[in-house]
Amino acid sequence: MTEPLLDVRDLVVEYHVRGGSFRAVDHVSFTVHKGRTLAIVGESGCGKSTIASAIVRLLKPSSGQILLDGTDIAGLSERRMRPLRSRVQMVFQDPYASLDPHLTAQDIVAEPLRLRGVRSSADRRAQAAELIDRVGLPSSALERRPAEFSGGQRQRIGIARALASSPELLVCDEATSALDVSVQAQVLALLEDLQRDTGLTCIVISHNLGVVRRISADVVVMKAGRVVESGPTADVLAAPKEPYTRALRRAALDPTAMTGRKPRSFVTAREEVPA
Amino acid sequence: MTAALLDVEDLQVELITAGGVIRAVDGVSFSIAEGETVTVIGESGSGKSTTAMAVLGLLPDDLAVLSGSVRFGGTDVVADPRALHEVRGRTVSLIPQDPMTALSPVHTIGRQLGEAVRLRKPELTKRAAEARAVELLDLVHVPRAAEQLGRYPHQLSGGMLQRVLIAIALAGEPRLLVADEPTSALDVTVQAGILALLLELQESTGIGILMITHDLGVARLVSDRIHVMRDGRFVESGEVEAVVDHPSHEYTRELLAAVPVLGPWDEDVAGGER
Repeated sequence: MTEPLLDVRDLVVEYHVRGGSFRAVDHVSFTVHKGRTLAIVGESGCGKSTIASAIVRLLKPSSGQILLDGTDIAGLSERRMRPLRSRVQMVFQDPYASLDPHLTAQDIVAEPLRLRGVRSSADRRAQAAELIDRVGLPSSALERRPAEFSGGQRQRIGIARALASSPELLVCDEATSALDVSVQAQVLALLEDLQRDTGLTCIVISHNLGVVRRISADVVVMKAGRVVESGPTADVLAAPKEPYTRALRRAALDPTAMTGRKPRSFVTAREEVPA
Repeated sequence: MTAALLDVEDLQVELITAGGVIRAVDGVSFSIAEGETVTVIGESGSGKSTTAMAVLGLLPDDLAVLSGSVRFGGTDVVADPRALHEVRGRTVSLIPQDPMTALSPVHTIGRQLGEAVRLRKPELTKRAAEARAVELLDLVHVPRAAEQLGRYPHQLSGGMLQRVLIAIALAGEPRLLVADEPTSALDVTVQAGILALLLELQESTGIGILMITHDLGVARLVSDRIHVMRDGRFVESGEVEAVVDHPSHEYTRELLAAVPVLGPWDEDVAGGER
């Protein structure tokens, strides 16, 4: 096994709320090896998106370490962080809210190239066109604006923008959960292609166990800010050890695994506790 | 075979938009009998929700043109839209998609549920209506029902709110529920509980369900029959086992192939019937 690209140790993230603080991530540790994909799975409020924000340093963790290739980025100031930002990029959940509506697709993808120091505008445009081609969009897409694209196409633009920084680590925060299943399948195939061709390391944040199984080698299952279970994805899904992981696995409805008419046993009633 | 609760024939819906007239639903036919769940499944833009809204008469008159027929019992609500007032809430009720925004945030659960109860039975006293509200919350397995009546929507979780909305839908004692993506805003473990509740209600009361979903797993679980919708038309219709296990249309096969598989796990060993 190669050395870890990302080593998260004892990560704690607290949000300030009225009258105190709320611990969204509670002493979480995991590692991601170069060229591999780690999935973080859990339900709403489990802290998975907060972890994503901490790794790309959209927020500063309360304590713990985030070692990127040996450098702890958890506590770095914005000035010290800036040169490292291109190495970790994010693909956001909502393809409708994460692209500037005024810019063309080419401008959106070219912008990180300027930040990376590509001086010539012609070079930036050429590289942006290459990236847009790489994510499977036609050249006619270059001059169009976000409103003219479907959700799946926008997510491809978001991926191209992330790739423009030549990142070593790509963090996808529910990147396919707003998409139709057929479009989701295409975007997942694109991510797999990119990873095979470029050796990109990925963290995939998802609530969908099917997506997790398709795309990740390792998985971290989270609940209420803590890691419930982790390990190779195939093992965790085939024989979950923790009751919560088993409940998640049971609740994921696989149409082809069901037999009989209206098989209620697949959703054995579980009483919820009111908030 | 009992008489159909709902009989839709050659329904067409044209929507008037800024960009011109769009035929969102292009000649669909289906029927639902007592105790049956019929599912319309499709991706975004397929026309599945428009079909549900047309059946309920919830599309704005000046923006949607309906033709064909939508019969509840013997009443065709396309031919006679005024008859809808008799039908809606009494014969058919809606379970909406997003429980977090469907209720008024400034009124208590008790007031909103009580209102629905008294719409059906105006003769009930306040106390009797409250008793009925508690009964309905018990029916949908909301714990400590009497206590919940005084609470506001923001004090309940999404799953609990969806149960409250199902209770409100049931207040009119309908024979048919239209469920428009009732669990797509919920976490999977919460979804399981809501789907189990719908199956249980159907078993105990024989209520018919029109399910609208994009999720093949949900469709496979709750349906007797499935209609696969694309571009306003049903591309494939049939009994649930046939459509999922032996799809005949290319689009259905593509949809099934696009669902990421979970693979076998140790609970499968117990056999298909768990």
